[in-house]
Amino acid sequence: MPEETGAQTAVVDTAVAAYVLRLGDDTLIASHRLAELVASAPQLEEDVAVANISLDLLGQARSLLSYAGRTEEQLTGVLRTEDDLAYLRSENQFVNCRLVELPNTDFAHTVVRQLLFSGFVFELYSELADSTDETVAGIAGKAVKEVSYHRDHAARWTARLGDGTEESARRMEAALDTAWPYVAELFTDDDVTRTVAEAGVGVNPSKLRPAWDAFVDRTLQSARLERPRVPPITGLAGMSGRDGVHTEAFGYLVAEMQHLHRSHPGASW
Amino acid sequence: MVTRRELTIGEIRELAAAVPDPEMPMLTLDDLGILRDVRRDASGTVTVTITPTYSGCPALDAIGEDIRGCLAERGETAVEVRTRLSPPWSTDWISAEGRRKLAEHGIAPPPERGATTGGTFVPLSVRCPNCGSPRTRELSRFGATACRAIHVCAACGEPFDHVKPL
Ligand SMILES: [Zn+2]
Repeated sequence: MPEETGAQTAVVDTAVAAYVLRLGDDTLIASHRLAELVASAPQLEEDVAVANISLDLLGQARSLLSYAGRTEEQLTGVLRTEDDLAYLRSENQFVNCRLVELPNTDFAHTVVRQLLFSGFVFELYSELADSTDETVAGIAGKAVKEVSYHRDHAARWTARLGDGTEESARRMEAALDTAWPYVAELFTDDDVTRTVAEAGVGVNPSKLRPAWDAFVDRTLQSARLERPRVPPITGLAGMSGRDGVHTEAFGYLVAEMQHLHRSHPGASW
Repeated sequence: MVTRRELTIGEIRELAAAVPDPEMPMLTLDDLGILRDVRRDASGTVTVTITPTYSGCPALDAIGEDIRGCLAERGETAVEVRTRLSPPWSTDWISAEGRRKLAEHGIAPPPERGATTGGTFVPLSVRCPNCGSPRTRELSRFGATACRAIHVCAACGEPFDHVKPL
């Protein structure tokens, strides 16, 4: 292989590994936040729903993290498995968007987070199903069908709570105000997304914004809710979740998620 | 000492196809449509490829174990079970026999043509598996397993599971 092509391939592979790790982290953390609600959702059917949605996301995360690890191995010669990536990285090594780590303050916060996130990944996976990378296309083609159900579920709750009682509407408004500043991060292009988009493996997320906006506006309208007017929030020195800079709540999530594995390495049951 | 004849690919496929699904044991892997491929390489190793119904399907490991177990009983010990995601499984792949068995066990089978990924769900009338009435409604889109929703019948009052379209 000519040297230049080899170097270019390495650049693309490095970006693909970083990109797929982001997707895996987004999904893993979204899954974990939902899993916290199993057995404490507002009604029995919802316990079952959050468990199912969390499990779908966990399955997607496992495929994505495994693939991120295998892609990285091509470059470094060292394999990190899905478990290594989920359980043995520190807080600032996770590159998920901050939206998914926002806590389940009340059920409205969960619904809003799920609405904004599943709306985003639905558009994302719809595009990635046509990725030139067979593995990415396979994972996305499967996930989009599942996420379509998640998105619909969140939209129904949004309509029910937003157009419900004064109390439920007030809580939905508060939840939207909390989550909205983290939306911009979802749609921010950078060197990683530009490289994978050019290679046909991934997409620049800014491309997904119009379809997401249309979906969210339609849903909020049906719920008699308004799009919040709050500015985006940046992390320390303009950095974000993609740089490993997270919200305060994230450290507790990581500790909870990892403590079993770290306390009992290799535990199985 | 008895030396066993090596099974043919057709025989192996038949054995794997007849393994019951752990979560809906009235269905075989073949009924469910999740058995993708069976082959033997030059070294004699058998590879069985299956596909998950849902990404997080917790039964997948158990299914792999069951396939290996049932083939081991027939002397096939070098068996690898692989998972393939693409093309994604659809409820359209549940066989006619599978649909019949589901209904027989009180679970409403999926509609003949699955939901699209377009994001809009066409409300479909799901027939009650107990009394046959189309006057049913969805109680929850998520049920006891990833592939099931919970419905209730207005005619006979029975709640029932429905394999929702995917
Ligand atoms: Zn009935």
